[in-house]
Order: sequence, then structure tokens, then C-alpha cells
Amino acid sequence: MLIKKPRDIKSSDITPESVYLDRRKLLQAAGLSGTAMLLPQAARPGDIPARYKKLEGVIKSHYSTSREPNSFEDVTTYNNFYEFGTKKSDPVDNSGNFKPQPWSVTIDGEAEVTGTFGLEDIVGPHTLEERIYRLRCVEAWSMVVPWIGIPLGDLLKRFKPTSKAKYVAFETIMRPGEMPGQRRSILDWPYREGLRIDEAMHPLTILATGLYGVALPNQNGAPLRLVIPWKYGFKSIKSIVRISFVETMPYTSWSDTLPREYGFYANVNPEVDHPRWSQARERPIGAGFFAAKIPTLMLNGYADQVAGLYTGMDLVKNF
Amino acid sequence: MSFPTTRQVRWLIKPAWFLACLTPFTWLTLAVFELAGLSLGADPIEETQHFIGIWALRLLLITLALTPIRLLTAQAWVIQLRRMTGLFVLFYVSVHFLNYLVPDQGLDWGAIVEDIVERPFITLGTAALTCLIMLGITSTNGWRRRLGRRWQKLHRLVYVVGILACTHFWWQVKLDTLEPTVYAGILAVLLGSRIVSYKRSKG
Repeated sequence: MLIKKPRDIKSSDITPESVYLDRRKLLQAAGLSGTAMLLPQAARPGDIPARYKKLEGVIKSHYSTSREPNSFEDVTTYNNFYEFGTKKSDPVDNSGNFKPQPWSVTIDGEAEVTGTFGLEDIVGPHTLEERIYRLRCVEAWSMVVPWIGIPLGDLLKRFKPTSKAKYVAFETIMRPGEMPGQRRSILDWPYREGLRIDEAMHPLTILATGLYGVALPNQNGAPLRLVIPWKYGFKSIKSIVRISFVETMPYTSWSDTLPREYGFYANVNPEVDHPRWSQARERPIGAGFFAAKIPTLMLNGYADQVAGLYTGMDLVKNF
Repeated sequence: MSFPTTRQVRWLIKPAWFLACLTPFTWLTLAVFELAGLSLGADPIEETQHFIGIWALRLLLITLALTPIRLLTAQAWVIQLRRMTGLFVLFYVSVHFLNYLVPDQGLDWGAIVEDIVERPFITLGTAALTCLIMLGITSTNGWRRRLGRRWQKLHRLVYVVGILACTHFWWQVKLDTLEPTVYAGILAVLLGSRIVSYKRSKG
């Protein structure tokens, strides 16, 4: 059996600016060049309550899927966000008192620029993009969500990570007063997640500030959350207040709580089952009572873009 | 303390109990078809599975509570509700299993067999259903007569079903075991009451 250590991350992997900026090349590599002109169908807003702030200046992205997004209602009423409770309806029911404004994010660790920054300083310098991504939950259901956000890599580069920055760690806000789920120690709060720095720098990885053209609803991780479309949903940490550049693999809530069931990588993989259920198929949310399950795709269908990150790694061992 | 007459039990209490036991299923049926303003939300299959499963467990615990209630209150008639409630448990568990087979798995037998063999919580659930089917078949007066003393022994399987059901629930949850713990606690009290009365009868 092939058991290899994850390859070391060289400094040159951190800022592959030339490759990174050359979208054409990436798209060709992804086999998308022919369809690049065919922009996906715009996300259908459906009924979006007027209380959500509309986001301006959003551009479309070639990284969007052409699949039809779920309704705004599906996306905002069926959530896993244990800070507000463990039921799918808890986040929408219990997040009304959460205050995502004002907000600041602390950037620390192995970087030249560190400190605490207001949300506007974090997001402001970047162009917002709509990214319609498939979302695959580790519980074997899936959705398609029209996120709005910025590429995480573009943001991270502004803080000039040093060569010691091998991983990026993220932390959710701790506010038991506004987040009733945090009053019970289901997980060791605050929720924490992490990525290898090359995963964090990958152009598919975004920090989302909105969905369906409006600012993120509280139940979706307002005001700032991660979205990594080729990993199970729990990697996409919500309501982020800290981003740390670190040298060693950081603590991550699910994999450190139940290491047998959840891995650090948590890449979507139909061939590696969860110990208690199969990951080969998934139930598309919103398809109704008699819709068939659909096959789960390797790396959630993003293998062309991201499989290279895991060359030589045993994905069964590093699940 | 007053007792209802045989007539009242037969024509009033039992029909009312039947309707009460049917209420969760009625609610579910309305919600599946989005009638009466009810809805199962974005993932109706999962919601159905949880809803019908939890009601099966509740009715099972109610079935197991009837004997201790009779002993505590001397209301002997409550025992007349036991078979009906037990059969409702079988009905709810069957719906739970059918919902798994058809809407959830789309009758993909390969996946179903793999689940039953490889996933312990599904193995336990299937075992519980098998036991319940045996109890359901032998629940008639005819079978009771035919089996004689063995009938009582066979029907102690319901204690095993209780343990299987609670473990099935426990192993199914992702992390938050509060709810399964509550149900397991109630089961422990109900099974414990049997041990207490057994010891007392031994004397």
C-alpha cells in the first residue's frame, strides 16, 4: 500500500503568482477552455427577504458550476452550524440575536503583516466574485450554492506569510450569549479549522461574505466564512475571527474530536466511506421525496483543478 | 380509585388510543404532501426518517411502560392497550424501514446489503425490525394459545428490541448524544422496574 508523508510545502508553493494569475492556463488544465465563454446561468434569486443587504460590484467567475443552484430557502433553512444548535433548522431559528456587525479579524502567526483588522479592511481591497459551487456535506447530502466572496489566497498574500507558514488555521467567534449552541460543550469551542497553505492558496478556495447577491445570513456564517468546494462542508468554517499562519498541522474541531470518523483533509471521496455510512452517493437537497441519490464525484467534481495538491498521497490514510 | 368498565375500555378508550397512536403518522402524511400548512423542509426523506423513527421509539417505551403503570396504579385495563401499541411500533418501524429502502436508497440492493452488513447501527435496526415482525406475527390470541408458556418467553424479546433501538439511535447521531441518552435512560428505568418486581416476586 502506498503510504507517503504529505510532501513538504516549499516556499515556492505558497505564492505561485505566475501560475495563479494565468487563468487561461488553469482553465485549459481544467479542460474548460472551450466552455470558458459559456458563463453559467445566473443564480436565481427566488424570494429573498428585503432585510438582507445587497452586495454591489459582484463579478461572475469561470469557476462557477453550471448546475442549478438550490433555492434561497433551501440554502438558508437547512444548515449545520452547531453554534446555534445541532438540528438543521436550529441555525435559522436561533441566530436572530447574532450581531455580525461590527466585525474584526485577527491575523497572526508566521507572516510579516499581522494585527486586528475591521471587516472592511479585510474584504474591501478585493473584487467580490460570485462562485456557484457544489457543496457536499459529510452526511451524504449536497446542495449548489451561489456564494459571493473573495479568493482566500489573494487576501493571505497581503499579509506576506513567511516560509514557516505551512498551514493556515481558522477560528470561529466565541459568543455563547448570542450562540446558544456554545453553551453546551458538544465540541470544544470555539470551532477551529485548518488547511495546508497550498490548499488555502488554491484559487477555488474563497472567503465568502454573501450568497444569492446579498450579505451572508447569520445562519450561513455571517459575516465571513470559508468555502472549500472540494472538501466536506465542515471544513468551511463560519463566522471567522482569527486567521493564523502556523508551522504545524493545527487543531481542527471535528478531526480532533472524532479522529476515526473525520480527517484533517476531509476531501470529498466516494471511495472512502465514513465508518457509519457510505460516501459513494449523495442526496441532492431540494429534489423532492422521490429523487434518486446521485453519485458523489471524486473531490466533489473539482479533481481536475485540485487533484495535483495531493499527488503521491494515500487518500485512504489521509482521509 | 375508579376503574373504567370493560365496555368503556372497548368502545371508548381503545378507539381513542388507536387514534392517538395514529396521530404522528397522520401528521407525517399531511407534511409529505405539504397539506394543512405542514412541511418537512429541505430534506423530506431525512426528516421523515428521523420523525418516524423517534415516534417508533417513543411508542416502544410507552408499550414497555404499561406493565409498570399497571403495577403502580392497579389499573389492570391499561394492559389491554399493550398489544395495540406494540403493533403500532411494528407499523412505525416498518415505515421507517420502507422510507430507508425506497426514497432513501432507491431500492439499490447492493448499497442496502452493504449498509446492513457493514454499518453496525443499521445492522441493529434491521435486527430490531426482525424481532418486531416475529412479535407481531405471534401477537394473535391463536398464537398465544399455541405457544403456551413459550409465548411469554418469546415476547420478552421486546426488551432486546428496546436495547437494540436505543443503541441504533445512539450510534446514528454524529456527536450530540443528549437525546439518545434521555431515551436510553427511560429504557433503563423501565427495564430496571422489571428486575425490581422480579426480585420482589422471588421474595
